[in-house]
Amino acid sequence: MTKLVDLPTTEHMLPGNRACAGCALGIGLRAILKALDGKTVMTVPASCLTVIGGMYPISSVTVPWLNVAFPGAAAAASGLAAGLRATGRAGEMTVLAMAGDGGTADIGIQGLSGAAERNEDFIYVCYDNEAYMNTGTQRSGLTPIGARTTTTTRGKREASKDMPRIMEAHGVPYVASISAVYPDDVYDKVAKARGVKGLRYLHMNTPCPSGWGFDPKDAVAVGQLAVDTGAVILYEVEDGALRLTSRSKALAKRGGRKPVREYLAGQARFKGTSEAEVDAFQAWVDVRWDEALRRDAASESRA
Amino acid sequence: MSETGTFVITGNEAAAAAVRLAGVQVVAAYPITPQSPVVETLSKWVDAGELRAEFVRVESEHSALTVCIAAATVGARVFTATSANGLAYMNEQIWWAAGARLPVVMACVNRALAAPWNVLNDQQDSMSVRDAGWIQIYCRDNQEILDSLVQAYAIAEEVQLPVMVCYDGFLLSHTAMPVTVPPEDLVRTFLPRRAPLPVVDLERPRNIGQVTFADPRMDAEGHLCHGYMEIRALHQAALERALEVIPAVGEAFATRFGRAGGGLVWSHMLADADVVFVAAGSVGTELSVAAEALRSEGIRAGVLGIRSYRPFPVQAVREALEGKELVMVVDKAMSYGYEGPICSDLRAALLGAERAPAVFGTVTGLGGRDVETSDLAEAARRAVADYRAGARRRRTDWINLKLREEA
Repeated sequence: MTKLVDLPTTEHMLPGNRACAGCALGIGLRAILKALDGKTVMTVPASCLTVIGGMYPISSVTVPWLNVAFPGAAAAASGLAAGLRATGRAGEMTVLAMAGDGGTADIGIQGLSGAAERNEDFIYVCYDNEAYMNTGTQRSGLTPIGARTTTTTRGKREASKDMPRIMEAHGVPYVASISAVYPDDVYDKVAKARGVKGLRYLHMNTPCPSGWGFDPKDAVAVGQLAVDTGAVILYEVEDGALRLTSRSKALAKRGGRKPVREYLAGQARFKGTSEAEVDAFQAWVDVRWDEALRRDAASESRA
Repeated sequence: MSETGTFVITGNEAAAAAVRLAGVQVVAAYPITPQSPVVETLSKWVDAGELRAEFVRVESEHSALTVCIAAATVGARVFTATSANGLAYMNEQIWWAAGARLPVVMACVNRALAAPWNVLNDQQDSMSVRDAGWIQIYCRDNQEILDSLVQAYAIAEEVQLPVMVCYDGFLLSHTAMPVTVPPEDLVRTFLPRRAPLPVVDLERPRNIGQVTFADPRMDAEGHLCHGYMEIRALHQAALERALEVIPAVGEAFATRFGRAGGGLVWSHMLADADVVFVAAGSVGTELSVAAEALRSEGIRAGVLGIRSYRPFPVQAVREALEGKELVMVVDKAMSYGYEGPICSDLRAALLGAERAPAVFGTVTGLGGRDVETSDLAEAARRAVADYRAGARRRRTDWINLKLREEA
């Protein structure tokens, strides 16, 4: 595993962008672009990243970037890949789609499903900040159970969709779960994905101070707590084999997974969550954690 | 047709042939009647190696146009085709392709919009996106489909705008007629491969289609760049320039291929006509026959066909209709709550013109209702009678309407 201090020093994000203070997305994006060595064309649908990319004529990155309509990330990436092949430039760069949770799991899921079924040749990163943050924190299909948003004022009743599992079910060659606050793990997985052909899906948990309700200085701590409680699990899936990675792997080996209550307590969006809702969240986390442990052990014994 | 010569082929086959001849590099499409045979044919040619293109078999029309947008951004020559609800489903990206100034070419095989379901012809689909900033060309017959699609790439790449080539579903798409398919090398000299635009370039990276403020703004080097409103004004200016480019490309086509290329409008027996039918698409042929019938009874009728509906050829229609007595517009669509779209546009174009004719609107053929030459002639007789009785403006006449009499 690459150590943070060993990440390439070349930056592909320019100093200064329009992210909210404490937004974790910049950490993740910085590592992603490093892993691609800046040899990428990005496509981004309407989302926080649209804003972070800058207002015309200023860009916050040093790679080509195509903005597209909200449902269009996966189809635009398909078109970029097809266009590069058709003009003999496929080897020049990796196509990278980056969409939020709404642009991926809600309005964009049809296009993404189509592209996955066709096994289009690009990397798709869903940066999941767990609600429509760019439009002011409305619930999405990936908002967790119990979370208050402006359209779930008494807490969301439904659990979120398991997007990586949905993508796994499409049979794509590479699926990974990452967290923006573990840039070393982000780097390794994107670097690995870069060498894989076909649709590679990475789901990046991305703590959001304004939407989740925590102090901007705590973004990394909140993101780490998500992993330490198992609310977010870091893993990758290839050929049906799930392997835990990074901090999640260490937790699986040494134990010490914290109760999810600690993760929820630090965020205003879970304020007022009932005991029953906390229990429901914990139960949802436990089921997924046990499943991940079981699959990780199975892939280890297979290897 | 993957060969050269004159063949009896459908409009959809003519469209597919044009795409092959134009050397399209990326095709993305989704099935919908009556467009499907176009992309089935292209898919077959790609599989057989007769067309060297990427064919992206998308899961929706929205994605079809999105693929074209992205591939055109890279610099590939692209094509898609759709009809009716497929076009409606693309709507967001219709605007995007135009606003991004991409030379996307689409065949819109005109079909009625639901509800209720109807797979047959009218022109409500393409007329409904007339404001989006695409060039729209309407075809009269299958030869025009092939020729207009080939020309569409020359026009699109010259003015950096998407072009929608519209032709009537079933009436042309599934009707076979003789079409001359030119040799591929001749088309390639007419349509040389353009150099890829440098917009997707690692050395000179750009952020394309960003959030753009209303007012101009400095870039990092201190150059003032356009605001949203300036970008839109340039879009409009490009469409106005297309009024010159479309006929110029038509003339270049005629020189190269030895048959008329088509301009902004076409006409039949117009010079001495008092009463003029105005329409777009294949109904022009029926109107030409109807005009001949009316002449035999002493009504000097003629036809003015709209080939370029967007940009709307204001000057051309003003010149063509100056001094005429009566215009009967034959729309195959409605702007619901008002009148037929061509009718409204024509009225506006003629407003304030010297010796402008009266303009009567009619609507016909919705949802595939058969358009008989005799019905058109009868509608013209009614219009002439109303005009002679002093009418200068009337309600839209729904031709061949059969509303049930309520008790």
